[in-house]
Amino acid sequence: MFSYCTDPSTLEGLTWLSCYLTTGKHLSFYASFVTVLVLLAITAPTALLFGFGGATAARSRIAPLRWFGKGYTAIVRGVPDIAFFLFFVIALDQAFEYLRHKVKCPDWEEPIRQGNDFIVCQAAKLPLSTAPQWVHETYGFLLAVLTFAIVFGAFAANVLYGAMNAVPHAQMETAEAYGMSHRQAFWRIMVPQMWVYALPGLSNLWMVLIKATPLLFLLGVEDIVYWARELGGTVNPRFTDYPHGDWRLYYFTFLLIFYLGFTRVSEIVLERLMKKLTHGQATTGGEAQRKAAA
Amino acid sequence: MSCIETIQAYALRSIGLGERLLPRGDYTLCEHFTLIGSGMIWNVYFAVMALLLGFFFANVLALGKAAQSAWLRKPSEWFIFLFRGSPLFIQFFFAYFLFLRLKSVSPMFDGLTAAGLGALIVLFLNTAAYSAEIFYGALRSIPKGDVEAADAYGITGFRRFRRIIWPTMLRLAWPAYTNEAIFLFHATTLVFFSAFPVHQQKGDSLYYASYFADKTFNPFVPYPILAMYFILFTLVIVWLFGMVNKRLNRHLPQAQRPRVRYRPNLLR
Amino acid sequence: MKKLILATSALALTAGFAAADVVRMGTEGAYAPWNFVNDKGEIDGFERELGDELCKRAELECEWVKNDWDSIIPNLVSGNYDTIIAGMSITDERDEVIDFTQPYTPPDPSAYVAMDPDVDLENAVIAAQAATIQAAFIAEQGWTLVEFATPEETVAAVRNGEADAVLADKSYLDTVVGTDGLVMLERTEAIGGGVGMGLRESDGELRAKFDAAIQSMKDDGSLNELIAKWEVSSQW
Repeated sequence: MFSYCTDPSTLEGLTWLSCYLTTGKHLSFYASFVTVLVLLAITAPTALLFGFGGATAARSRIAPLRWFGKGYTAIVRGVPDIAFFLFFVIALDQAFEYLRHKVKCPDWEEPIRQGNDFIVCQAAKLPLSTAPQWVHETYGFLLAVLTFAIVFGAFAANVLYGAMNAVPHAQMETAEAYGMSHRQAFWRIMVPQMWVYALPGLSNLWMVLIKATPLLFLLGVEDIVYWARELGGTVNPRFTDYPHGDWRLYYFTFLLIFYLGFTRVSEIVLERLMKKLTHGQATTGGEAQRKAAA
Repeated sequence: MSCIETIQAYALRSIGLGERLLPRGDYTLCEHFTLIGSGMIWNVYFAVMALLLGFFFANVLALGKAAQSAWLRKPSEWFIFLFRGSPLFIQFFFAYFLFLRLKSVSPMFDGLTAAGLGALIVLFLNTAAYSAEIFYGALRSIPKGDVEAADAYGITGFRRFRRIIWPTMLRLAWPAYTNEAIFLFHATTLVFFSAFPVHQQKGDSLYYASYFADKTFNPFVPYPILAMYFILFTLVIVWLFGMVNKRLNRHLPQAQRPRVRYRPNLLR
Repeated sequence: MKKLILATSALALTAGFAAADVVRMGTEGAYAPWNFVNDKGEIDGFERELGDELCKRAELECEWVKNDWDSIIPNLVSGNYDTIIAGMSITDERDEVIDFTQPYTPPDPSAYVAMDPDVDLENAVIAAQAATIQAAFIAEQGWTLVEFATPEETVAAVRNGEADAVLADKSYLDTVVGTDGLVMLERTEAIGGGVGMGLRESDGELRAKFDAAIQSMKDDGSLNELIAKWEVSSQW
């Protein structure tokens, strides 16, 4: 990175460190923090969407839809996330390619499963094998987002289901008495009010989501723990200009600080959000706010 | 080998009894089910022991966090923050590192680097922190009237805590605590996966599932079997905790009894 | 008739694709000197150089992909990349699921590294990476086996006394011997075959291309040079 870094073996102390910490490998490490943050930023709303869908389905008056909603939440939550991640991404990828294959290559006559191989026509490949590397990486990233969203969506569905039930029943009855249809009452009365009941559960879910990121490498995304292991391990002078012993402890300490800091910041933000949501609500918290203002 | 023989040979393989060599050659479904099920012994062991021990420590921590004195409150707060704020993955790493250091200090600490004790300690501290936060939340939402009524009857001090406050706290916390138990149970799969070495191929269910996945190169059989076992055991936990919940709320009229809903309020 | 034309045009289209195809090379990136990530963050090592040369000779455009070792075969058969070039020994078990090119390094013994050169292996605790041929070997001998998730941890276990010795590929252990008092034992075990490139069973054409390229490198001696440069195994 810096001009004086051409021959690291002659360097010492801080100059050595400044060169060491700016190698391409370290830049990948720093970039992985961005990857993880972006992934969290995309996964959280997606999971919420899945959760909302799941919760609405579980409350549906149409029986198959209700079974689907309840089955989704019950099954996905009963399985440890590692076990899920170990086979689910490949399955998801194959499912997408299978569907594309059916649409794009209806004339294809060879079987898709040949022995152990899973073969679809070239045009159905996701992404196309001619696509540049970044497309492949983005696709892998999106698959990881989707897998995370499906798992955490099941938890979110459970929280939202509880929150929908917690909205005072009288509110809904009043809405219907005013002539609102079932759909109107749901969207105008229940949905705006349920968030305050859901927030404690959802904020915990967010904390869990943060702490599930070390599992990202199972999904093919190079996360911060992967790079910390890779960089911290002993390196032989034959393979690097910066040989060192087992430094995993330092790297993991750095990660520990990152996670604790991230948790703390999240706690503060969520607390503010809770205050805002509580405003004007018929809960003890809302009552307390009203009294304090008066 | 017939399936019965397979079960005889491998049902207790994870604790070192039965056939020494793991199956080779064609890997039958029966072998999959038997060995992965055998590995569940470790998962159940970790979960049960950590929960039992963690429960007591969590009570102490929750009271500590609710205490007036900063000398009691601050350490509890920091302990809970440290364990709830970092991934279990990283906690295992640090713990293993620390145990290795301790081992070189004195042979007294030899057992710590084995998963059976070392990982149990980490899981115990972890679940204690999470449960303490749940109990602390419950402690703060005990109805004022309950405590006032106790005072009016002249029940004070430790007796008031044991007869009034503690049972109420437990009753309020129980649904969330059920979830914590489930998440701890799921977290036991991390023990051999990331942190502790496996001795003599005596591993947990995930270890055997990945053994099969590695040998057959087909992840679509062993991992769903593992998932199935976990769903089954999760149902058992929900049922057991539901029984306790019933007992905790036995004084309430039938209609008012809160049912344990599997709702993740506090999780890992 | 119309359908037939459609089918042929589709075929022509796929053939057109195939010509401009990029071959994706899957590797682990954590097994020096075979393959590892260098300071620049790129994949480097014996197999990087070998792979690039093979692609040049076979006139293919190649791209490198990193994948976790545990799922490296499932991802190949599922079509996420086209070859595995990751120091993978040719074994019967693997050969049932995927195809291999001819080996590009001869079979090499596995070696032991310990702190004490006179360690009694039969009564010692021996470390190995989980789910490797070495782990299976120790288990078969009935010795005391302790498995770790990564090769790095197996060596660390010997350093800190958790294990008395570690069994792994000789080329890998060569990179750690001499540091912190680690010594290599004289005894070696002849387990594992040569190392080859893994391909899908249905990819016979690609396999033939790489086979020919490997053969040509064997013939003109450039493969031996590469092996000597990276010290990965004995020469042909």
